[in-house]
Amino acid sequence: MDKNSTNYVLLFVVSMTVVVAFMLTSIRQATKATADQNEDIFNKRAVLAAVNDYLGMGENVRADDLTDEQVLEIFESKVEQVALNTSGQTVDAVMAEDIDMAKEKKKPVEERTLPLFKYESEGETFYILAVRGNGLWDEIWGNIALKSDINTIAGASFDHKGETPGLGAEIKDNPVFSKNFQGKEIFREGDFVSVKVRKGGAQDPTYEVDGISGATVTADGVDKMLREGIALYLPYLETIKGENMESMLQE
Amino acid sequence: MAEVKSVEEVKEPLFGKEEKKLITDPLNDNNPITVQVLGICSALAVTSLVYPSVVMSIAVVFVCGFSSLFTSLLRNAIPKQVRMIVQLVIIASLVTLVEMALKYLNYPVYKQLSVYIGLIITNCIVMGRLEAFAMANKPWRSFLDGIGNGIGYGAILIAVGFIREVFGKGSLFAGSPIEMKLIGVSTPGSEYFINVAAESGWETWFSWYANNNLMVLPAAAMFIIGVMIWIQRSWNTKLVDIS
Repeated sequence: MDKNSTNYVLLFVVSMTVVVAFMLTSIRQATKATADQNEDIFNKRAVLAAVNDYLGMGENVRADDLTDEQVLEIFESKVEQVALNTSGQTVDAVMAEDIDMAKEKKKPVEERTLPLFKYESEGETFYILAVRGNGLWDEIWGNIALKSDINTIAGASFDHKGETPGLGAEIKDNPVFSKNFQGKEIFREGDFVSVKVRKGGAQDPTYEVDGISGATVTADGVDKMLREGIALYLPYLETIKGENMESMLQE
Repeated sequence: MAEVKSVEEVKEPLFGKEEKKLITDPLNDNNPITVQVLGICSALAVTSLVYPSVVMSIAVVFVCGFSSLFTSLLRNAIPKQVRMIVQLVIIASLVTLVEMALKYLNYPVYKQLSVYIGLIITNCIVMGRLEAFAMANKPWRSFLDGIGNGIGYGAILIAVGFIREVFGKGSLFAGSPIEMKLIGVSTPGSEYFINVAAESGWETWFSWYANNNLMVLPAAAMFIIGVMIWIQRSWNTKLVDIS
């Protein structure tokens, strides 16, 4: 066949597409189950990273140090998953771990479903909230753990899609950044104020953390993500706060 | 004797002078970054730390080598009108393959590198070698040429990453299991490479350094690559006439 004829070009392109598509699809199918499980464990580990200091697996054992089996086991035994709507009611049909925050972020606020992980450890309940926002290049997200007083932050973990290594990526890579959130409070005299990420260093020891030099846009993104992301949970947080108060009064 | 020798030459040794040149040429005389000035985008973007530079280099060596091999195998069958698209499909399939392998074998590393893996497709070195070499040469030589150019690119990448990380963060291999701290004030979670316990007397020797924030920014890579080109040309004078 003439190599310059249209028929030859068409034949070549079509057969190449078929071969490549078939090859990639079959490899994807063969590896899908393991890849999906890896992803599941990765996400669960990120949730647990927010309560790094309360894992109860020994001193200085962080979520990163757990084996895959341990992550699944802790999730099975100590974590209760709740799906919420933005008015603070629970949604029964959905599992928190199945909620795709990237999709939820695109919906109007009223239609979003929010994941909430209740982590029980040594008699204390931690409320782990998921937040998602924008960094400099792409999306950033994180998990914030609140102590049972629904005010103090027990820990936080962050991740990103494509922030610059050494700069914006420090929100994930530098353990100091997420550690700074521990002990900060999100309510000032009952009003929601969130935690401010301040460029040039925190000024208020209770409500502010240090920004990252050279990564102002990412740090501002974290700030905005926390303020807007936690705000979505407020109706629910107010409800459990009320419930906790009642049970305290009854006692 | 002379006859035997000529027969050997016709047979083309598997790794002769020509083949060796294909590997060593891109390291100096024909370096993709400092001489051809290709692949600059990713060289600026990923070199703030050594570890991502190393992984990126390995991935580019792999993709560059095998895309050259496959393109060369198909070179007589590829219709000239659509050759660019065919090359792109080969590169993209290999990159997808790398991505799937990482997802399967080590998900955390995949997460950490997903953005760079995409950058390989846009790396003009890969496609440049396919157009310039693999379309006109035999598979084995094309493969070596791809590997050589990948290594030439990777060597510069790692050198730039080394300078930027040491002066920008005072550490080496941050983010990898062998992370170490070389100079500057210590942060929790990173250990000095050299014992700096108070009794050793090294403590003040290492902690005086304040990180240079310019080094962390992509602009620093531009300066460093510029200085590298300058040094290379003042020492390898035959490059000066080319430009």
